[in-house]
Amino acid sequence: MLKNGQLLELREFARQIRIHTIRQFAQRGFGHVGGSMSIVELLAVLYTLDMNIDPERPQWEERDWLICSKGHAGPALYAALALKGFSPMDWLETLNQPDTNLPSHCDRLRTPGIDMTTGSLGQGLSLAVGVALGLRQEGRANRVHCIIGDGESQEGQIWEACLTAAHQRLGNLLLFVDSNKEQLDGRVAEVNAMESYVEKLHAFHWNVLEADGHDPAVIHEAILKTRGCTDRPSAIVLHTVKGHGCSFAVGKPNHHITVSRDQAIEALAALGVTL
Amino acid sequence: MPTTDTRFLEPDSRTMSATYGATLIDLIQRNSKVVDVESDLGRAILGPEILKTLKTDYPRQMVDCGIQEANMIGVAAGLSAVGRIPFTHTFAAFASRRIADQVFVSGCYSRANIRVVGTDPGVTAAFNGGTHMPFEDIGIFRSFPGMTILDPSDNTMLAWLLEEVANNPGMYYIRLFRKTPFRIYEAGTRFKLGRAVRLREGSAVTIIAEGVMVAEALRAAARLTEEGIAARVLDMFTIKPLDAEAVIQAARETGALVTAENHSRLGGLGSAVAEVLATGVYAPLEMVGVRDRFGEVGPMDFLMKRFGLTADDIAAAAKRAIARKGHESAAPKQAARV
Repeated sequence: MLKNGQLLELREFARQIRIHTIRQFAQRGFGHVGGSMSIVELLAVLYTLDMNIDPERPQWEERDWLICSKGHAGPALYAALALKGFSPMDWLETLNQPDTNLPSHCDRLRTPGIDMTTGSLGQGLSLAVGVALGLRQEGRANRVHCIIGDGESQEGQIWEACLTAAHQRLGNLLLFVDSNKEQLDGRVAEVNAMESYVEKLHAFHWNVLEADGHDPAVIHEAILKTRGCTDRPSAIVLHTVKGHGCSFAVGKPNHHITVSRDQAIEALAALGVTL
Repeated sequence: MPTTDTRFLEPDSRTMSATYGATLIDLIQRNSKVVDVESDLGRAILGPEILKTLKTDYPRQMVDCGIQEANMIGVAAGLSAVGRIPFTHTFAAFASRRIADQVFVSGCYSRANIRVVGTDPGVTAAFNGGTHMPFEDIGIFRSFPGMTILDPSDNTMLAWLLEEVANNPGMYYIRLFRKTPFRIYEAGTRFKLGRAVRLREGSAVTIIAEGVMVAEALRAAARLTEEGIAARVLDMFTIKPLDAEAVIQAARETGALVTAENHSRLGGLGSAVAEVLATGVYAPLEMVGVRDRFGEVGPMDFLMKRFGLTADDIAAAAKRAIARKGHESAAPKQAARV
């Protein structure tokens, strides 16, 4: 259970991530809004409570790893990392600008705190399996976290990695499925239905939980429950809303959209701040 | 020093597969960071004995992904991110065309350190036929920034090269003929990555070859000698980064070039050499290689003939190149067909 005040702190951190992510998109006038917004609460929980990290030492050997396989959600990670002190806040004004350290998709060579490079969908879980396996081979206790999108899981390589993770009994691997129900062409259920993730992952011999992906307390509790399972990989299917908490994005196609100044002002006002 | 004597052109006593397996297990024994990442071809490529030893004695240094080439590359990239030294292997056709994006993004773009061994390159895929016969793998990987491309010509070179790539971080693509090669080098010969080996001296023409074509080039050179034509032979085992200096020197000193590759003329060694010539010193160039065709099934010697990759083809190309020397445009009578 969260201590007094912790939930408030998490909600405030999530609000700050959302604010700084929207501001990044507003700077450039476009971006992958929907998929960034749906993982904000998860990032707030991971970077506050559930990952062993040190912003002063992004390459710290003892750190827990986070691989965001849906690399287009980079802007949400950049906001969280800057707020945590991994990088200067003014970097957030440079998203997708020439020579930026914050490219549209996660790049481990450019951004302190980004553990692996992603962007070509379906590849990040294999990377996470390799990292988890390598850490175990080295006798190290670090944990490895990976975020995939629900649309992304249409890629066959995701299921290759799921098979291998289970066969290798990677108890140090925790997967989050950001089930925001939408993909670029429409509802996941209509494009090429993936449900049920829970049944599929069970069939692959994973330890599987479900949680409300916008409730930090519930996410944290689910993560704690998976920590007891050490003989196989765990997954938490997070039910989320694509574009959550961003007024101009919710309820319409929002995978990669333009963001006008007025839209940004309105969305930020709803979050209690100005542009 | 490498030999320049063609009396060594006899089949070795060991397959290149056996050399790969023995060297890999030796590396694994000596360095606990070296990891073998399999995609269900361990028995075929390393041999059943070595696969068994790895599984039994070195479980922390091997992982079998099963038939998952894409995942294999991702796992290898992840392993390298925590300091492991992964070797992956599969048929060259799968290592290149099937999983090009994984090798590109999870590998090269991310600056991972993976040794991608692609077996049965070109016509050496023989009885697996066209589906398994890559004439395009070098062309694919040459355009990947930072990728080193190697095509060793014999067992001595292969053993040296495996040690070299294990000790130096980077992305490597290594073509591996699995069967018995001809013996080109004396045991213990040392090489330099990115530096062509001058196997035979000659002033009339230079034959630049790679992999299994090096033996054919030496045979062609011996035949040309009988006709009074002295051919230089270069083993261009590093296709990228190409030894441009050796190409320019050959163009200056011999005035005519032939490339000999077990690959399409599009994007391979011939293209790489032509790029150097086009921006440097001019010399007529004839390419021996596959002409924009798919592979076929059959014995290797049949396929070498079918695709025009024999010593005779190389010798004929050498004469054509020499005939073009000194002509004003030095152009062939007809535009070359790819």
